[in-house]
Amino acid sequence: MGGTDMSATSTDPILVLVEHADGVPLASAAELIGAAAAVGSPVALVVAAPGAGAALAAAAGSLGAGRVLLAESDTLGAVLTAPLTDALAAAVDAVRPRAVLIPNSVEGRDAAARLAVRIGAALAVDAVGVDRDDEGVLSKHSVYGGAYDVVAAPTFGLPVITVRVGAVDARAAAVEPAIETLVVEASSIPAATIESFEPVVAAADRPELRGAKRVVSGGRGLGSVEKFVLVEQLADALGAAVGASRAAVDAGYIPQSHQVGQTGVSVAPQLYVALGISGAIQHRAGMQTSKTIVAINTDADAPIFQIADFGVVGDVFTVVPQLIEALQAKKSGS
Amino acid sequence: MRIVVLVKEVPDTYGDRLLDLETGLADRAASERVLDEIGERAIEAAVVIKEAAGDAEVVLVTMGPESASTGLRKGLAMGADRAVHVLDAELAGADLTLTAETLAAAVRREEPDLVIAGVLSTDGTGAVIPAMVAEHLGAAHLTSMNSIAVADGRASGVRATDLGTAAVSAALPAVVSITEAMPEARFPNFKGIMAAKKKPLDAVSLADLGLTASLQTPRSIMTSIAQKPARSGGTVIVDEGDGGERLAQFLISNKLV
Repeated sequence: MGGTDMSATSTDPILVLVEHADGVPLASAAELIGAAAAVGSPVALVVAAPGAGAALAAAAGSLGAGRVLLAESDTLGAVLTAPLTDALAAAVDAVRPRAVLIPNSVEGRDAAARLAVRIGAALAVDAVGVDRDDEGVLSKHSVYGGAYDVVAAPTFGLPVITVRVGAVDARAAAVEPAIETLVVEASSIPAATIESFEPVVAAADRPELRGAKRVVSGGRGLGSVEKFVLVEQLADALGAAVGASRAAVDAGYIPQSHQVGQTGVSVAPQLYVALGISGAIQHRAGMQTSKTIVAINTDADAPIFQIADFGVVGDVFTVVPQLIEALQAKKSGS
Repeated sequence: MRIVVLVKEVPDTYGDRLLDLETGLADRAASERVLDEIGERAIEAAVVIKEAAGDAEVVLVTMGPESASTGLRKGLAMGADRAVHVLDAELAGADLTLTAETLAAAVRREEPDLVIAGVLSTDGTGAVIPAMVAEHLGAAHLTSMNSIAVADGRASGVRATDLGTAAVSAALPAVVSITEAMPEARFPNFKGIMAAKKKPLDAVSLADLGLTASLQTPRSIMTSIAQKPARSGGTVIVDEGDGGERLAQFLISNKLV
């Protein structure tokens, strides 16, 4: 990477797709706009149902996007991905960005995949950060479960980059955005129909797993659905999200959306607490870049202890209640 | 009905996986190479649909080095009818763009009604190839599917996203990616293994597909690679009645609570 001259390049537009639900931007929006502001000038794309866009556009400005493109779509929520892809393609045309940043979510990666093929752009996925050099925007990746740090760049042209949710700490200052309406032409490529949607019912006040600062995960060691409640109790005591090993998911203790690991969600929280998890390599691949790892397991030989900053060989059903009590005693100042 | 299943040979996640720090490519000698488990589930899904439909054909398509044919034979033993192996030295280190372009070209020749793949591979973990292939084919995609059924010229099922689950459907031809919520793959039986030896397994080159690994198209390349130091263990204590309290002290003294 050559000498970087931020001042000469900081006005390059960086297009950011704002994902949202229930009328508010998802956590990824602040992260991606923050990342974009560090390498250029964030231009937010909001694709919303008619009438719902103005508030979201203003919200994108408060997250640091100086320019917001608003595409109103009456097929959003009824047609899979196409409203996003079509709007992204139109936005690339309108903005001529230096890079496109899209959340590495289930919806985001489909839109990124379609966009990259449609406009003939290079695609880099699951970036944990972006950077730039004299030739353009680079993406930083943590691969093979965090064992390697890799930097990627397009051979030429525009990179489309999906960014891991929760990976970017940078935030941009709020601005008053210039809001423009984006006219989108629908593609003729067939798309799937969304017939119905059932939102995940998240426990009140419990953070989302993807991007959480603290995570408490449970494994097969919990033994049953009923006993898995212990994981939730510690999570609530710590203000943490709830995760699980694949073994716990396969055993039916908790839905698959909570699975941490190779084929589940990758997390990198400040604190990761593993309860009754042996630490199979597939699980470690999804959490070993956590800042601090704590593990409780009856098996002293469990591989999780090899990467734990603090491990307790013991029974989760005696250690965790005592831990919760000690944390509550601290909170109440006794 | 013809169903194409996209499968991939990956380094076994039960062992150490290494990247060559000179080339950035996977160090194939460092680990066992296996058929990706999610791809096996995709084969299972295809064979189940075939068994229900009666007159369907299941074609496996992969791109990879010569060793990838081992996984194809396993898939044939599970019940797939034939396999296509895109094998070309020019494909070493192919990025997502070239991979999707190549797979789409191999799939297009088969004129399938349905394409099934795993949601993501355990090595690349991109989860973008199915939708990229669908875009090349001009077909709809149904990704991250927890279930899939085919009836009356449509594929339908339950799709899992970060925000909830959706009932989705698309007219055929469509490209589907499945999650681990789908059933595990069957073990090939002796009869299947014997039958697989006689099933067609065709190797095709980029030229056969009318493609070149051209530099005219933008590609994503690795500009640097570094191995992170292995994480080392810290303090491990055996609970002697105060394990919870000592853990609380650790969290408090490290300002983690």
